Amino acid sequence: MTIDPALFAAALRALTPILFAALAGALCQRAGVFNISLEGTMLVGCFAGVAGSWFSGSAWVGVLAAMAASAAFSLILAVGHVTLGADPIVLSVAMNMLAVGLTAFLLRTVFGTQGSFSDPALQGLGRVDIPLLADVPVLGPVLSGHSPLLYLSWLAVAGLAVLLYRHPWGLRLRGVGENPEAATNLGVSVTRHRYGAIVVGGALCGLGGAQLALGNVTLFAENMTAGRGWIAVVAVMLGLAAPIGVFLAALLFGLAEAFGFRLQAVGLPQQAADAAPYVVTLVALFLSSRRIRRRDEAKGTLTR
Amino acid sequence: MTDVLRGRRGAVLIALGAAFVVATVLLAATGADPLRAYQALVVGAFGPDGFPGTLAYLVPVLGMAIALAIPLRAGMVNLGGEGQLVLGAITAVIIGLHSPLPAGFTVLLAVAGGVLAGASYAALAALCETSLGVPLLVSSLLLSYPAMSLASYLVRFPLADPGSSLPQSRRLPEGVALPGIGLGEVTIGLFAVLAVVVVFLVVDARTPAGYEVRMTGAGPRFAAYAGIDRPALTLRLLAASGGMAGLVGAIMVLGFPFRFIDGALISPQYTWIGLMAALLAGASPVGTALAAFFFAALTNGGFDMERVTQTPRELTAILQAVIIVFLAASTGLLRRRGGSR
Repeated sequence: MTIDPALFAAALRALTPILFAALAGALCQRAGVFNISLEGTMLVGCFAGVAGSWFSGSAWVGVLAAMAASAAFSLILAVGHVTLGADPIVLSVAMNMLAVGLTAFLLRTVFGTQGSFSDPALQGLGRVDIPLLADVPVLGPVLSGHSPLLYLSWLAVAGLAVLLYRHPWGLRLRGVGENPEAATNLGVSVTRHRYGAIVVGGALCGLGGAQLALGNVTLFAENMTAGRGWIAVVAVMLGLAAPIGVFLAALLFGLAEAFGFRLQAVGLPQQAADAAPYVVTLVALFLSSRRIRRRDEAKGTLTR
Repeated sequence: MTDVLRGRRGAVLIALGAAFVVATVLLAATGADPLRAYQALVVGAFGPDGFPGTLAYLVPVLGMAIALAIPLRAGMVNLGGEGQLVLGAITAVIIGLHSPLPAGFTVLLAVAGGVLAGASYAALAALCETSLGVPLLVSSLLLSYPAMSLASYLVRFPLADPGSSLPQSRRLPEGVALPGIGLGEVTIGLFAVLAVVVVFLVVDARTPAGYEVRMTGAGPRFAAYAGIDRPALTLRLLAASGGMAGLVGAIMVLGFPFRFIDGALISPQYTWIGLMAALLAGASPVGTALAAFFFAALTNGGFDMERVTQTPRELTAILQAVIIVFLAASTGLLRRRGGSR
C-alpha cells in the first residue's frame, strides 16, 4: 500500500458529511440539547438534495432544498423537546426511524423506484480547482479539486468557532447550555436560542446530506447515511463540542475510512474496511475518556 | 400495565389520533382510498391469512423490544441491539452447521450459543462504560458496526453457500430447526420470547432485583446512595439485554429460511422498531409487549395495504415514528402541565 495524496483527498471527502452533521451536533450540545437525530436529519437532506436537483436541473437548488428540508425536519425536535418538553432521545430515535420510512416512501411515490435513484441527467455538485493551490505538488492534489461543499464545511468550522467564542450570540448560546436558569434571569431566551441551534443544525445536516448525495456520489439510496450521523454524535463527544475538536474527530474517521478502503487493495476484506472507522473511533474514545469524563462530571451532560 | 397508562392515556390517544390523521393525508395524497387501505391493513394484520404473518413479525419485534426494555428500565439505553442480534444469529448458524451432535442437541446448543454471544458482546459494551469511561449509549452503538461487518464477512466467505450468488450462509442440516407451531413460519421461538416476557414481568414486579433496577431508573443518584453497585448492575442488565437479542437472532436463523442472509435481520429494522416499542411503554414489561404487538401488526398489515391499494408499505414505518413523536411530545406536555418535572 502506498500513502499518497489521493489517500488524503479521499479522507477529506469521507469526512465532509460527518463534519457538517457533527457541527450541528456541537451547536445543539452547546445550547444544552442532546441531539442524536443527526442521522435521520442528514438522510432527509440527501433525499431533498436529489429531488431538488432533479426537478430544477441545478445542483445548487438541490443544496438549498436539502438545507430547507432538513431544517424543517429538525423542527420536530425543536417543537417536541424545547416547547413541549419531550425526551430528546425518544424523539431522536423516532425521527431517525421517520426519516428512513419517509424517504423510502417518497422514493417510491415521487420517483416510482425502490432501493435507489440515479440518472445520468441528475446534476451533481462537480469539483472546484483552487487556483494556484492546484499547482502546488502534494498539497494541490490533496486540497484542490473537491466539491464546493467540502470547502464550505471548513468555512463552517471557522464560522462556528467565531460565532461561539467571539460573538455575543455564541456567548449567550453557551450560557443557555451551561446554566439555563441563569440565562433566563439575565433575560436571555432559552427557547429562542435552542430553536436557533436546532434549526441551524438542521440546515447544516442538510448540507451534509447534499454533500453525500450530490458531492461524493450523484444518487439517492435508501438509508444511504449508513451510520454517519451516529459517527457525528461520537465526533461531538470526542471533539468536546468545540468546532476544531469536532473537525479533528471527523478527520480521524475520514482517515480510518480512506485507509480501510486502501487496505482492501492489499487483500483486507471489505468488511474489515467497513468496520475500521468505528473501531478507530472507539479506541480514540478510550484514549480520551478521562478527559471526557472529567468534563461530563463538571457539567452532568451526555452520559445520562 | 397501569404504570404505562397512568397519566398517559390521554397522550396515547393523542398520538394514535395524530398518526391516523397523518396516514389519511398521506393516503389521500398518493391517490389511494383511505378506507380501503385501512380495511386491508386490519385484515392483513388480523385476518385468518394475515395473522400468522403478524405472529412471525412479533417474534423479532417483541424479542428486541424486551431486549432493549431490560436496561431501559434502569435508564440505560442499549443502542447496540443490531450487533448483538446479528452475532447471536451467526453464532447459532456456525454451531448449527458444524456441531457433530444429533440435531436436537445441536438446536439447543445453537440457541445457547446465540444467547451467550449476544450477552458477552453487550457485556463488553457495559465494560467499556464502567472501566474505560465511554458512555454506554456510544460504546454499544459503536461496537454494533464491527459485529455486523464480521457477520457479513463470515456469510460471504467461510460460511458462504457455494450454490448461490446471494450473500447467504449454507442451509442448516435437516432437522436443525425449531419446531413449527402450525401457523405459517412461526416456530416455538414465539413461546421462548413470551416466556422471557413473563420472567421479565415477574422479576420486575416481584423481586428485589427488579426493585433495584426500577429505583435506578427513577433516580440514579438516590440508587447510588442506597448502595446499589451501578457498574455491576450495568454489566448484569446489558448481559441480559444482549442475551435476549442473541436469542432472537438464534430463533430467526433456526426457522425459515434456516440460514443467515446478510442484511436480513438489519433491513427490516427490528431493533429500532423494538426500541421504539420499549420507549413507547416506558420499558414496562406488559406495555412493551402490547406496543410490540401493535407495531408488528401494523408492519405486517402494511404488506396487504400495499397489495390492495399500491400505497408503499413504508407508510406503516412512518406511522410508527409519528406515534412515538406525538406520544413523546404529549407526555412531555402533560408532565409539564402537571408541574411534576
